[in-house]
Amino acid sequence: MSATDVHRAPALSPEGATVERHWRDLAARRRLYTIGGLVFLLLALSSSLWFANETNAGKFFDRLPHVADFFAELKPRDWLDPVRALFDLPSPYDDGSLKFDYPEGRVYLTQGIYIPEYFHRMIETLNIALFSTLVGSTFGFLLCFLAAGNITASRWLRFATRRFLEIVRAFPEIVIAGFFLAIFSLGPIPAILAVSIHTVGALGKMFFEVVENADMKPEEGLRAVGANWVERVWFGIVPQVLPNFMSYFLLRFEINVRASTILGAVGAGGIGETLRLSIGRGHEAKTIAIVFLLFCTIVAVDQFSAWLRHRLVGRQAFAYGRGE
Amino acid sequence: MNADAIDDIAARHPDAFRRSLWKRYATPLGVLLCILYTFYCAWFFSVGAVLEKANWNLAGAYLADWVSYEIRPDIEFKDNYLTIDYSRFSKLGSNPDPDWVTKQMAVIERRVDAAPTPAIATNKSSQDSFMAPGAPTAENPAAAPGQPVPAAPETVREKAVVAADVVLGNGRIAITPNLVTVTRGDESVIFDIARDSSVTPRTPLPAWIEQRRPGSTAYVSFGFLGRAEVQDDEVIAWRRFFGWANFVFDTNSPFWGKPISEAASLIVSGARIDSSRSNAALAWDNVLNNAEWQHGDVWLKLLQTIVMAFVGTVLASIVAFPLAFLAARNVTPSRIANQVTKRFFDFQRSVDMLIWALFFTRGFGPGPLAGMSAIFFTDTGTLGKLYSEALENIDDKQREGIRSVGATPAMVQRYGVLPQVLPVFLSQSLYFWESNTRSATIIGAVGAGGIGLKLWEAMRTNTNWANVFYMVLLILLVVFIFDNISSYLRRKLMGTIANGNDERRARLPPAAQIA
Repeated sequence: MSATDVHRAPALSPEGATVERHWRDLAARRRLYTIGGLVFLLLALSSSLWFANETNAGKFFDRLPHVADFFAELKPRDWLDPVRALFDLPSPYDDGSLKFDYPEGRVYLTQGIYIPEYFHRMIETLNIALFSTLVGSTFGFLLCFLAAGNITASRWLRFATRRFLEIVRAFPEIVIAGFFLAIFSLGPIPAILAVSIHTVGALGKMFFEVVENADMKPEEGLRAVGANWVERVWFGIVPQVLPNFMSYFLLRFEINVRASTILGAVGAGGIGETLRLSIGRGHEAKTIAIVFLLFCTIVAVDQFSAWLRHRLVGRQAFAYGRGE
Repeated sequence: MNADAIDDIAARHPDAFRRSLWKRYATPLGVLLCILYTFYCAWFFSVGAVLEKANWNLAGAYLADWVSYEIRPDIEFKDNYLTIDYSRFSKLGSNPDPDWVTKQMAVIERRVDAAPTPAIATNKSSQDSFMAPGAPTAENPAAAPGQPVPAAPETVREKAVVAADVVLGNGRIAITPNLVTVTRGDESVIFDIARDSSVTPRTPLPAWIEQRRPGSTAYVSFGFLGRAEVQDDEVIAWRRFFGWANFVFDTNSPFWGKPISEAASLIVSGARIDSSRSNAALAWDNVLNNAEWQHGDVWLKLLQTIVMAFVGTVLASIVAFPLAFLAARNVTPSRIANQVTKRFFDFQRSVDMLIWALFFTRGFGPGPLAGMSAIFFTDTGTLGKLYSEALENIDDKQREGIRSVGATPAMVQRYGVLPQVLPVFLSQSLYFWESNTRSATIIGAVGAGGIGLKLWEAMRTNTNWANVFYMVLLILLVVFIFDNISSYLRRKLMGTIANGNDERRARLPPAAQIA
């Protein structure tokens, strides 16, 4: 670099030198910001790590062998045992304890045909997610038009709807679930309500943003022939936003499957609860079976939803993320 | 418009008039399916039975508890006098004497039996004996602990409460040992009390008083601000007050119950209450260790949640960064390396955050280490996937340019690739930082540290709804602050991208879309 500088220096006019100096100043400042930012990040990270380690129940390096032990303990007696646990088949190790009582949880449809316990739990969790996405999106659908600036002229109605959606979205699901748990006692209903309410807020926001970006020409045409508000929305706006709505619906469904699993783990039923109990009691074959089932379900749901979204809206709204 | 014209239009737009069967019936079919599914779910979750069993009265009371609290004087009938107690953890501190409970004192004669005497027994259940042993109470000066218990029945003369008047919102209850007058608005009902046997109203009961059987307990409602139960041996009144009681200092603090100016001057310039430290230090310690609100613990747990989200996201970004280069088709030519890394990302992402959280809680013990590891493992996968997608979308011209002047492969990445993707990477990390602040609250409830567990425990006990609301407000505040910081930084980053290349802005993977 210095050789080039020496070579180039005499060629610079006074204006050129000013520009050159200014550029150097800017580059130096930029470097300073970058280094400062990195130092700040490093300090924040190390103090955070120290704090987390101090306030944890066990220290990181003391507990690290336990983590390894825990994963080692997950090894079942033989690798067919998780399969037996998954399909509720009797285990050769059955000693009457909870650890190997695989056939216990069978849900009989008829005399001979049963759904294995974990599949039934998984269906319960999926139903919680799908039903609350359905309820949430129905209300989100109804509310989003009231929040959209291009459809609803009344500023107050718009303001009220948007604030309502924001408040509903801001509450963590766990708070809503805990409140309804106090009223309904344990079970999936509090989870459904919590996820639905949160979904109303989250989807309502996505929906009204889609509506605000809609093409207004069909709506104008309908207005010109004297259609009322409902007709204008139903025939002018809904057909063009429906694919995007469906895409967001599917995305929300993915998120809600995870959310309802977590809510299950704190007492709202479904596979989450089963998993927590099984890990807590150290049932290795059951844990592996549940984790495998959950993993496959999540992959399947994600893949299906991605495929369907791709078909519905193509690359355009191929959004990805877990959201809040 | 006549039939010909319509036919003409129909001929010109066949797709609008003769739509396929699928197009025509898709919408009603979808709606029908949704309705059927709703019925199925109602059956699957037995919604009807659950709604029937639901305790809706509790809902109102719990919601009211978020922003208000109740004081419960408990007025017990004796032969010719009354005793007034407050619940053990009364918000009024030891020795409560609120001005809405008026007492009429008189000197009376009463028989004192051999132990346990009624007076001592009552006193034990009241808060006085726990909070301030040895302090004689206003209601029962003679019954102070420490007084020798008489061994044989005898008659003593002493001052005692002979009538009490409790004001509850728009109503009042006047109580004497055998007569209770309940007034709400301009209606009033007089109850005759036969001690330990019956409660009898003299007039028919209005709608706001309920007595399930003649002679049994009467339930009196004064609206939001109060309720009462008239029993055959005592009257229990609940008066509701708006606000959070004892939010700053609890009843054990020397600063409790003082007006702000007095407490402030005591802290700034008063004589030392505790000789070993200044008043300010004592006040701060009292605030942190407030027994009812547990500020110190709540703030510590909140900080843990913030730290969990921050460390988890930063570490995940750091690990995902090199792996993303390995996973990107256009950066690493090896198909095997691409696929292995990508499947690894998918695996981490699809093992739900809950599973990681449960695993690490088991391993590290409850605390933020478990939560941050869970976030780290999940988000390494998520961020890795997003990063590699961003890398695969880069503009190839810059790389070619750098390569053409003879740069080493590392230099090509540094000057040809990194400037394009770095803002995108940062923006996505910021978005996940924001989103993880929310997730960290939720996974905390399964034991992975932070405020989640504390919040969940407070909710499950059903008594501390004001504390729940306090924690929820803190969480909302933190989420709001981090949302704003993150979206401010992201807007600045997007700005740099937009200035450089419009097309690339459009290609940003819209992770941030589903906020």
